[in-house]
Amino acid sequence: MIKNVRKLAIAASVAAACLGAVLPSAYAAEEQFFMLPSYRVGPYGANGNAFYGGFVDYLNYVNMKGGIDGVQATWEECETEYNNAKGVECYERLKAKAAKAPGPIHTMSTGISYALVDKTAADKLPLAMMGYGLTSAVDGSVFPWAFPLVTTYQMQASAIVKFLKDKEGGSLAGKKIVFLYHDSAYGKEPILALEAESRLNKYDLVQIPVAHPGNEQGAQWQRIRQEKPDYVIMWGWGVMNMTALKTAQKMGFPREKMIGSWWAGSEEDVVPAGDAAKGYMSATWNVAGKAVPVIADIEKSVYGAGKGNLSDKAKLGTILYNRGVSAAVLSVEAIRTAQAKYGKGKAMGAEQVRWGLENLNITDARLKDLGATGLLPAVKTACDNHEGSGKVKMQQWDGSKWVVMTDWIEGNKALIHPLFQADAAKYAKEKGITPRNCAAEAKK
Amino acid sequence: MFYRETGQFKNSYAADQQVFPIRQDRVGIAILLAVAFLVVPLVAGNYWFNAIFIPFLIFALAALGLNILTGYAGQLSLGSAAFMAVGAYAAYNFQVRVEGMPILMSFILGGLTAAGVGILFGLPSLRIKGFYLAVATLAAQFFIVWCLTKFPYLSNNSSSGVISVPGVEMLGFKFDTPQSRYLLVLSIVTSMALLAKNMVRSTTGRSWMAVRDMDVAAEVIGIRLMRTKLLAFAVSSFYCGVAGALYAFCYLGSVEPDGFSLDLSFKILFMIIVGGVGSILGSFLGAAFILLLPIFLDITLPAIAGLLSLPFDSATVSHIQLMVFGALIMFFLIVEPHGLARLWQIGKEKLRLWPFPH
Repeated sequence: MIKNVRKLAIAASVAAACLGAVLPSAYAAEEQFFMLPSYRVGPYGANGNAFYGGFVDYLNYVNMKGGIDGVQATWEECETEYNNAKGVECYERLKAKAAKAPGPIHTMSTGISYALVDKTAADKLPLAMMGYGLTSAVDGSVFPWAFPLVTTYQMQASAIVKFLKDKEGGSLAGKKIVFLYHDSAYGKEPILALEAESRLNKYDLVQIPVAHPGNEQGAQWQRIRQEKPDYVIMWGWGVMNMTALKTAQKMGFPREKMIGSWWAGSEEDVVPAGDAAKGYMSATWNVAGKAVPVIADIEKSVYGAGKGNLSDKAKLGTILYNRGVSAAVLSVEAIRTAQAKYGKGKAMGAEQVRWGLENLNITDARLKDLGATGLLPAVKTACDNHEGSGKVKMQQWDGSKWVVMTDWIEGNKALIHPLFQADAAKYAKEKGITPRNCAAEAKK
Repeated sequence: MFYRETGQFKNSYAADQQVFPIRQDRVGIAILLAVAFLVVPLVAGNYWFNAIFIPFLIFALAALGLNILTGYAGQLSLGSAAFMAVGAYAAYNFQVRVEGMPILMSFILGGLTAAGVGILFGLPSLRIKGFYLAVATLAAQFFIVWCLTKFPYLSNNSSSGVISVPGVEMLGFKFDTPQSRYLLVLSIVTSMALLAKNMVRSTTGRSWMAVRDMDVAAEVIGIRLMRTKLLAFAVSSFYCGVAGALYAFCYLGSVEPDGFSLDLSFKILFMIIVGGVGSILGSFLGAAFILLLPIFLDITLPAIAGLLSLPFDSATVSHIQLMVFGALIMFFLIVEPHGLARLWQIGKEKLRLWPFPH
């Protein structure tokens, strides 16, 4: 009897599988394929879930609204666990599928994107690094296929300094700022920018590294107490942020004088710190909350239809979720930009998407059309500027939610961008790359 | 019957001393090498080179390095990833800072630098043993990663500490296709593996094994402990260092110190435990198992799920993959505690007796 039931069950499932396999293939339209080397398990799985949840939800949303000018977005995820080697494996596995009509690749990992910069350039696939990754790729003449869109660590650091300067009434001369950072590639990236700013603005910069993972910071905060800084700029990641906030509370350092980077400014960073986080500020290039029309619309139409990607709906509207949506908005807009030049209603090839990314012009009016007003800054890219914005907002944790404190603040481009160019030139020399001539291309 | 050396007479010292004394082994190895060198480059696709073969060979080399130290000389080490990092960063520095440095020379110098660092961290092995030594080598793991992050000179003043290696070029030939890189890695790994195979049956290898089995006894019969142990550390670190240089130059193209974390050291240790401690073949089998099985599961699980129309998303697949992987490791260790290499050996014994087992 039991045997029969089992047989029946197997037969039924095989039949169902066959049906399932037959049905979707009846429908085929123009498709744009997004490879998603995502991470949803492992130590940073919570972050990846929110980001890629937002990304996939927006693609679903676009598809429900008729696609990217009729072109359906398709995607396939591959789990990287935030591990560089696995990320490369995922990229290699999916790149054949993406060769025809790729969407920009988002890894949400500095390490993986570093490993992919050369590979994507060789394979001619567009790589997006939004607020992470190889920042000197701002110089598109050396990095035609890599796009550190919206803003970079250095510009963010510069914007934070500008914010503090305004707060201090226009001058930071003689002030002391501690830079507390995660001792890794990520944490060290802004040091050059902060040093350049300190020469310009004549403040004292004290650098204090925290070793990974940063769950013990007694010594560092002891030092901060001795230094008596006016501000602490924090470049933390993961458990380090929570620990810093708690230790600051214990040592009696006011959280209102601590300001974090955008990877130290999500709900995941402050909620576990409890009341120690109240008053803490951070930079962000996208706002949180469901007040943004497109986020509200996604909740209504995508989740209403039961197609939502998040298993935990509470993450909807968090900083990282909205960041995922912002990343998807920019990717889809790049494809639309390319379509405007190369043919509406068609799937775009890699070179065309690259052109779209390099000629993005998302104005405030366009953001309004998309329902993304205030979600992210206006972005305008060019061959010599793959960043396109360099603006951030400052936000403050009020104990239950992030409150935006400022309008978009732009970093000191005249100071920071030459640093990128110098770094890109060094990279080109090491690798034997001949840079493109952006000025000549612009004239054509 | 298939694997019997009956009738193979050795009538010279050379014949008696060859690396593979049995004809079937020689034929097998020749076929394997012919397939690896001639057939694979013709039939495999880019994915296979970049994501499967190249990392497999590189990790097999690193596992081989650890196996020399742990499996043959009996010194437990948790610093293999750090020695890989030394190799990678040293090779990078030689390549970038010295104009016109041949790439193979960079790899060798990277390996030698790692060997030097290995000797330094091997010094405690003269006084402490077993698990205590493992803890001492942990120091190498943390110190080296810290060092590479701390001193910008080591990463050629890269603002982030991440190094991005220049292309691999030899005598004007650019190794820019996956095939060519695969062949380069394969040649290096093959020659180093044969070298290791030869080394472990030489005086050096025999004294390592003597020290492993009982160091006091080894000392009594006249083996110099310090020299033997430090040599094991040096050779092992050299192998790991070259593996690290290949990892940076031929696989990822860009590495950061955090990439060579304790996790990676554990992974390499698991490779030799699963593959077979004290076996050259085991290093390869272990690397294949630890590296390729997750990828295999990753690809087959969604297909199986699709067939049974189960609602798997990529997170579920990863979770199941981890569970199956863990279960399989336990299964193998229970069924065959001496690793996959031992299974192979048993298989050979069976083939030898077949069809008349007693």
